[in-house]
Amino acid sequence: MSSHPHAPAHEDAADAHHGHGHEAGHGSLKGYMIGFGLSVILTAVPFILVMAGTFDSKLLTAFLVMALAVVQIIVHMVYFLHMSPRSEGGWTMMALIFTLVIVGITLAGSLWVMHHLNANMMPMSPEMMKNMP
Amino acid sequence: MAHDIQTQAGEKPVFYLTEDHHPEGSTNLGFWLYLMSDCLIFAVLFATHGVLGRNYAAGPSPADLFDLPLVAINTAMLLFSSITYGFAMLQMERNAKAETLFWLAITGLFGLAFLGLELYEFAHLINEGAGPTRSAFLSSFFTLVGTHGLHVTFGIIWLVTLMVQVSKRGLIPENRRRLMCLSMFWHFLDVIWIGVFSFVYLMGVLG
Repeated sequence: MSSHPHAPAHEDAADAHHGHGHEAGHGSLKGYMIGFGLSVILTAVPFILVMAGTFDSKLLTAFLVMALAVVQIIVHMVYFLHMSPRSEGGWTMMALIFTLVIVGITLAGSLWVMHHLNANMMPMSPEMMKNMP
Repeated sequence: MAHDIQTQAGEKPVFYLTEDHHPEGSTNLGFWLYLMSDCLIFAVLFATHGVLGRNYAAGPSPADLFDLPLVAINTAMLLFSSITYGFAMLQMERNAKAETLFWLAITGLFGLAFLGLELYEFAHLINEGAGPTRSAFLSSFFTLVGTHGLHVTFGIIWLVTLMVQVSKRGLIPENRRRLMCLSMFWHFLDVIWIGVFSFVYLMGVLG
């Protein structure tokens, strides 16, 4: 508690808020501005890449767009949501990791299974197409 | 911890004080768990769009439909609202009620601008005959982006409610806790939007 040299006038409110175990709950103006600056860059670059068609290779552009999105999500988590391995005794991080695993399984699993299903479907002839409902 | 309190209860009442603050902390954890479950909803919708996103049913494709400059402006609106909410939280920590309300109002206006642009886009698409019934791609598009828009709508309702609360009762601990939760919700929506503009709009236009 000695690390909180608060003005006495705000003692009550500040103390009620800066309770135990809140090390990572708050941002600073600097933190928000860094996060905002990085976000602007990380948003502008993928839009420019796609709108200006900087690279001929669609695969490369797609990879860069998704990679920049992941970086920006991490930037938001750190600078806006104030995630850190220490917040709430590590439980928010545990919940986040669990969710990421589930999200990964859901996304990768769905895309993989459905792609397989599509790829293994019997091709349709025009005659079969005509008899479709 | 329990032993400390028992043996030193008389000398160090400070322990009781710090223990009292724990319910406030667990609200944050609980709200974080809610956000994570919300994240799963969006993950499922993203997966649906990933599977159905190329099924145009001989209808329009993303490259025909999406107006990327509009999406860029929309993204900027949401990003601005995120940073202004951050300013509101900083003012809240300084105990400045009027400034907090001011930044919350700005946040709400950016949120409304975002919603307005999105509704304009939806109306435009439906007018062009590219409504949710046109193809599987458009069904999943409207479901995913619409669910995000619905979240923003409820976020704005929550924001207005909290502004009334703060203006009536001030920055009491209860309102601080609520503002903290809405802060997480609001930034979380911006995180989801990163996925939407990258995966749905930009990747869609790329083809």
